[in-house]
Amino acid sequence: MNEVARKPAARFVPLIVFAALVAFFVVGLVWNQTHDARFVPSPLIDKPAPAFHLPRLNDPTRFVTKSDLLGKPYLLNVFASWCFACGDEHPVLMAYRDKFGIPLIGYDYKDAPQDARAWLDRHGDPYHEVIADQSGETAINFGVYGAPETYLIDAHGIIRYKHIGPLTPDVIAKELEPKIRELEQEGT
Amino acid sequence: MNPELGQVALILALLLSGLQCALPIIGAWRGSKPLMATARSLAIGQFVFVALAFGILMWSFWTNDFSVAYVAQNSNLSLPWFYKLSAVWGAHEGSLLLWMLILNGWTLALVVFGGRLPEAFFSRVIGVLGFVAFGFLLYMITTSNPFLRQFPIPANGADLNPVLQDPGLVFHPPTLYMGYVGFSVAFAFAIASLLGGELKSTWVRWARPWTNVAWGFLTLGIVAGSAWAYYELGWGGWWFWDPVENASFMPWLIGAALIHAQAITDKRDGLRAWTLLLSIFGFAFSLLGTFLVRSGLLTSVHAFAFAPARGIFILVYLAVVVGGSLLLYALRAPKVTGGKSFALASRETLMVIGNLMLTVACAMVLLGTLYPLVGEALDIGRISVGPPYFGPLFLILMTPLVLALPFGPLSRWGKADLKVWRNALIRIVALAVAAGIIGFIFGARGWYQLLGVTAAVWVMAGVVLFAIKRWREAPRGKRYPFEMLGMMLAHFGIGVFIAGAILTTSMSVEQDVSMKPGASVDVGAYAFRFGGVTETQGPNYHAQQGTVVITRNGKPVVTLHPQKRTYVGGQVQTEAAIEAGVFRDLYVSLGDAIGDGAWSLRVYDKPFVRWIWGGGVLMMLGGFAVILDKRFRLKRAVEPETVRAKPEPQVPRKLAEGEA
Repeated sequence: MNEVARKPAARFVPLIVFAALVAFFVVGLVWNQTHDARFVPSPLIDKPAPAFHLPRLNDPTRFVTKSDLLGKPYLLNVFASWCFACGDEHPVLMAYRDKFGIPLIGYDYKDAPQDARAWLDRHGDPYHEVIADQSGETAINFGVYGAPETYLIDAHGIIRYKHIGPLTPDVIAKELEPKIRELEQEGT
Repeated sequence: MNPELGQVALILALLLSGLQCALPIIGAWRGSKPLMATARSLAIGQFVFVALAFGILMWSFWTNDFSVAYVAQNSNLSLPWFYKLSAVWGAHEGSLLLWMLILNGWTLALVVFGGRLPEAFFSRVIGVLGFVAFGFLLYMITTSNPFLRQFPIPANGADLNPVLQDPGLVFHPPTLYMGYVGFSVAFAFAIASLLGGELKSTWVRWARPWTNVAWGFLTLGIVAGSAWAYYELGWGGWWFWDPVENASFMPWLIGAALIHAQAITDKRDGLRAWTLLLSIFGFAFSLLGTFLVRSGLLTSVHAFAFAPARGIFILVYLAVVVGGSLLLYALRAPKVTGGKSFALASRETLMVIGNLMLTVACAMVLLGTLYPLVGEALDIGRISVGPPYFGPLFLILMTPLVLALPFGPLSRWGKADLKVWRNALIRIVALAVAAGIIGFIFGARGWYQLLGVTAAVWVMAGVVLFAIKRWREAPRGKRYPFEMLGMMLAHFGIGVFIAGAILTTSMSVEQDVSMKPGASVDVGAYAFRFGGVTETQGPNYHAQQGTVVITRNGKPVVTLHPQKRTYVGGQVQTEAAIEAGVFRDLYVSLGDAIGDGAWSLRVYDKPFVRWIWGGGVLMMLGGFAVILDKRFRLKRAVEPETVRAKPEPQVPRKLAEGEA
């Protein structure tokens, strides 16, 4: 530290770092005011979902694979009990689970199973089925940035849509539902 | 009428704080004794008015004055009296008022106990605190007035958030704020020294007891919060890496680093710039915590106040206070390098390692906490990072610190005796390995548990060896001065904490079960028999109360009554029933009725969970013990005139011999 004190320029380093931090906060605040829907192009859109073989949360002895879910479209929602944004999203999922018209599969990400079960017990379970990826290895293949994320996978196992961050009624109405309707029309 | 009086009291306090900021600092600058003399009376006056406002708000709660919007939102006729009073700080506006009251309390303490500080320095310190108070009072009056009226007056209040209806709430925020705000004193000392262009670092010695006490309170506040989460959230967890927990943990880490940096500056005159920076950052993180909690930038169970205007105000305030301080630092940090030199193997080196690890850990926590924000700014969406990030990284960063910890006190300043290190190392390793073997015999399996036991004993053995060394080497009566005692208590507390944290995490048995009345489940060595659910009525809630009889080898241990409460406001809150013990907690929380009389229950056997908080309490006591040390008693002003009349002696300091 004595070195720092000797060079006058170095003494401005803390101030500059702090200024950068404040700039981030300002961007964050402005962003919060102006943005809601978020869109990140995923390289996996319109590509087959990766194969997986994961235990059920409520019955770890039974496994779910990609092929088990083929045949009809479904939503895959990545969540975790440690994830705070998931708590925001949760009431939305509770409200919409029956309105999607397709199954909502929970993907418990890097979580202790008992924590996830406790979380679902406490808040209510919006999922038709929950699979647990405790190590997070399969999630890498899915390209999961972090929780929450939602994937729309069609009857042939192709990822058709991905949303990063909590689903909101707005996102569902403007982006997700049209995609689901699209799939339904393809099906008929 | 009363609430308006409270409002007026706040405005008067704001005016006084403005004066308290300006007059003493100008006085110190111009060398004007009359101006400097205003510091005391202005500080006392401000305290009186803020205390008056606080008392009035409390009275409004006591008398169920629902014409005050804040009271109506956070109280209820049937709320028990102690929760009515603690509801004062149950939400945003009131907790700010508590923040203010505590800031004034600290300032008042300075007026009472800091009377022997040099007048000019003292005036600057009080002036800086006045500036801090001015910002907060302005914030309160413009965006968060607790005395706003509402009409029509509701017949009854909405009730206090049931999560907050716990003895934990009575203690948690006040102690936490004592810590948060306490760092403002170390901050004010540092800024005062920069303002006055102090060349000597005697101010560091004056600041040390204040830093230790603040850190002790912060420790207590975090412990209380952790225990509260354990009881109230019903998950049996004790730390969640929640953004708000992180907000209190970051100043704690910086505070721990600051305590050690101050010791080096005080005793060896080294690390002066570093101590200044940590003093600024300690308080900056306290403000940042307030900003993060209050701005709604981060979603969290605690974020009960989301209002953009508030966020922007605190951000501007933060930018002015911290940015200004760092600018001041850049311009005026001590130009003279100094400090006694030290060898690579020395107590200084070990303390610097500790300092480095603590600050890096703080940066790590900051990054994780702000990650959702960074994600948004970089356009990759809002993302939470949780325990999978914090847990392993924190463990990695703390490992060097824990390894170095026992050797710090055993080493000499300047240059450590390598033979002492070698002997200590042999003994500590022997004790730690022996502890691991004993743990193994007692049934500890798995490398994580064994590691926990050895790490805990590693730390504790260091303290014990140090105690023995002092006993042998120091003369009677001088063996354990309070400063040393505080260090030993705090370090031993770290050992206790490590044991608790690692053993609880690795040995807990947790089961989520659904049981019909009469059914039984085995958890560890205990059998939990469910006796069904009955209805019961509390003062402001209706509860379903389960009965669970716990037996061990057929012998009854205890009967627990977990509750699921529905409060008058309609909120549902689980109330876990816990049989607490030194070596284990038995924990039952009631879930939902599944039908057929069956209920879902969560039953836990949590060994050593109390040790986590026990360790924290020891650390707190360590922080408090230090202030009793004779070293920090300000010398009687033998010649009051010479000490007080002159501003800081501006004698250039002789370059210290041998720079590091």
